[in-house]
Amino acid sequence: MTKGYTWRISLVLVFIVASCVYLTPTLVSTLPAWWSGLLPKDKIHLGLDLQGGSHLVMEVETQKAVEGSLDLIATDLEDALSAQNLRYKKIVRLGGDKVQLTLYDRGSADLVQTLVKKKYPDLETLPVFDEAGFVNLQLRINEKEAQVRKDRAVAQALETIRNRIDQFGVSEPVIQREGINHIVVQLPGIKDPQRAIELIGKTARLEFKLVDENVNAISATASSIPEDDELLFEKRTDPATGAVSETPLVVKKKAIITGDLLTDAQIRIDSQYNQPYVAIDFNATGARLFDQVTAANVGKRFAIVLDSNIYSAPVIRERISGGSAQISGSFTEKEAADLAIVLRAGSLPAPVKILQNVTVGPSLGQESIRKGLMAGLIGVALVIIFMGIYYKLCGMVANLGMVLNILFLMGALAALGATLTLPGIAAIVLLVGISVDANVLIFERIREELRLGKTPHAALDAGYDKAFLTIMDSHVTALITAAVLFQFGTGPVKGFAVSLSLGIIINLFTSLLATKVLFDAFLDRFHVKRLSI
Amino acid sequence: MEFLGKTNIDFIGMRKITFIISGIIALIGIIGVIQIGRGAANMGIDFSGGTSMQLKFAQPLTTQAAREALAKGGVKEVELQEIKEGNQILIKMNKSDITTGKVAENVQGILARAFPANPFTVESSTEIGPSIGDKLKKDTLVAVALSMLGIIIYIAWRFDYKFGVAAVAATMHDVLAIIAIFFVLDKEVNLLLITAVLTIAGYSLTDTVVVFDRIRENMHKSLKDPLTKVFNRSINEVLSRTIITSLTTFLAAISLFLFGGEVIHDFAFALVIGVLVATYSSVFVASPIVALWEKTPVESKA
Repeated sequence: MTKGYTWRISLVLVFIVASCVYLTPTLVSTLPAWWSGLLPKDKIHLGLDLQGGSHLVMEVETQKAVEGSLDLIATDLEDALSAQNLRYKKIVRLGGDKVQLTLYDRGSADLVQTLVKKKYPDLETLPVFDEAGFVNLQLRINEKEAQVRKDRAVAQALETIRNRIDQFGVSEPVIQREGINHIVVQLPGIKDPQRAIELIGKTARLEFKLVDENVNAISATASSIPEDDELLFEKRTDPATGAVSETPLVVKKKAIITGDLLTDAQIRIDSQYNQPYVAIDFNATGARLFDQVTAANVGKRFAIVLDSNIYSAPVIRERISGGSAQISGSFTEKEAADLAIVLRAGSLPAPVKILQNVTVGPSLGQESIRKGLMAGLIGVALVIIFMGIYYKLCGMVANLGMVLNILFLMGALAALGATLTLPGIAAIVLLVGISVDANVLIFERIREELRLGKTPHAALDAGYDKAFLTIMDSHVTALITAAVLFQFGTGPVKGFAVSLSLGIIINLFTSLLATKVLFDAFLDRFHVKRLSI
Repeated sequence: MEFLGKTNIDFIGMRKITFIISGIIALIGIIGVIQIGRGAANMGIDFSGGTSMQLKFAQPLTTQAAREALAKGGVKEVELQEIKEGNQILIKMNKSDITTGKVAENVQGILARAFPANPFTVESSTEIGPSIGDKLKKDTLVAVALSMLGIIIYIAWRFDYKFGVAAVAATMHDVLAIIAIFFVLDKEVNLLLITAVLTIAGYSLTDTVVVFDRIRENMHKSLKDPLTKVFNRSINEVLSRTIITSLTTFLAAISLFLFGGEVIHDFAFALVIGVLVATYSSVFVASPIVALWEKTPVESKA
């Protein structure tokens, strides 16, 4: 019988060599100098549950981005109308999709309408209507346009978060968009996850607002202050006691300068008080504005507002030209450094909400690897001993197949750049048990055939032939569930599904080809009277 | 070596007893599934949303002391569990009013202030918002439904739809049995359990398919024999294989259970139960269903 051993044995050998090559970077801590060129250099990726780190899922509050852009349109219209000497009572955002302009008469309403249409062709103008002696003109952002803005907000948030993480310094972070408005961030091996999360999640909308000195902030409430003012608080943390004090301040709603006019932000240390602060530089527009505002408001206070919290409200002592300023407040050096990062990286277009935060410490990951390996080795040992006793020499062939299985599986994981997680290790251990199944099926069949009085060779062939369909069927059904797991799982579960599916496919190969060729070659070469089974 | 020689056990004949046993287990499992659906079972935070963390203290700390300290700090609805190894405490909170991102910080702050002489490190911390949990529940249902459908189709194509339905019934039986045991022992239902359940579903099918395969083979060979006899003979013929494979898989699963560590302890436990139940079901559930169905084609329902 010619069975073409050569190609089968070569194929198995090729796989063995390939697996070893792909596994070398993982097993060898420093690669030798000649290891270069096309040879693989990637280690098996470890999931966050094994190497420690944080997995975050964040939702971008995209509706806020739409509202933000409507607010911008309102402010912009105010400026445009003032520039054209068109009188208006007020311009405000209404709800989540409209801007309302309240005007004094129909005549100016017509003028304004043409101006708006020219300036914002994407916005829909609703019919003008009278109310309480004023004329109201409403602009609406349509569904499609809002969607475009939401989409852009998520893309922008992704970019900003990536910038911040890059500047914070994390090796091999994963930052991905998921679904419509989710962003997934993975930070492997992060030491201080809380700090990183705060850094990533901060909206960081920086605004400079004038303090309204005419209103007494102590007695002010949100309803008692003028319409174009707002009540904000300045939080101060006492570095000694950790107590937080809040000072109310009434500021103008309209921001004079915003964070997007910055070109740089750096942490500095005040030499006099040894206090950290953030030095910021404005671009040309920002510098001009800053110069004008400080010149016109000497003696007044200028509030530096970040995400609706006042950091500080220094008195403007003199006109400041040159486009530099500093943000001081009661913060630690780390906080100041992080503030500089978020200001440099820019603000998020909309607030983000953290939906999921899974953080694993590095020592737990280490322990998981150690225990996983331990369980694996014990499992392998138990199965090898059992198979050796129960099926003797044939059992050892099956054991060889199992070891090849593990080798191929690890090699495949490395080659595919798949991620190994703790459940993934569990899947491999489980496969140790399952993988001998194909051989058990074959061996039991061979035993049956031998009982019928067939020669070893005939029994072997019949065993393989008859078991073949069963093995195929059982593997395909197992693969169906593994594939579903892969589709639906995230993180650790996906790692499990990857190991399981690959394992099933590889097992099919080793049991039907690799161990079979051993038997064939052996039986061909030697005249065997009795199978050791 | 051989555990079993030629056996001749009347498996189909035992169906009255085994159907009752399986029926009871399945019923408990169904109650468990309903409770899980209502969120009344011991739900892991990946489904219910909430916070959990594993803290490793420098010195031993009783859960009682931790609970009192947390209550003083205003954290009352909390589950604490001690991990014997290395002074660790597991803290779990289902849902809370504080926004995500602050709960863990709050708890850690309280404990740090309450036990200044006993510092801790955060081994792991998980916070999950409710919307993620809802999505996961939906995804899980879809995953289970899809895999069952895929299997029915495959087996119906390879064998016959009766075999397909019986295979899925046996698989569902195993799934319910694992859920029943977790429900009765009040163990946590989380994503890892679902993973274990789906894995066992795959394993159970493999087992069932092997038995079916032999039944099909024998049905072609001996057309004259009564079906019950063919079924019994087939199960007896593959019994040895069923037991050996279950044993090797069991060995692997039990070493995971005993040595795999705290994180996958329950997961491995589910696998251990699953292997046992799957073996039982392929012999005592799947085949008798087909036998019964084939025997009484039209007159009465099984």
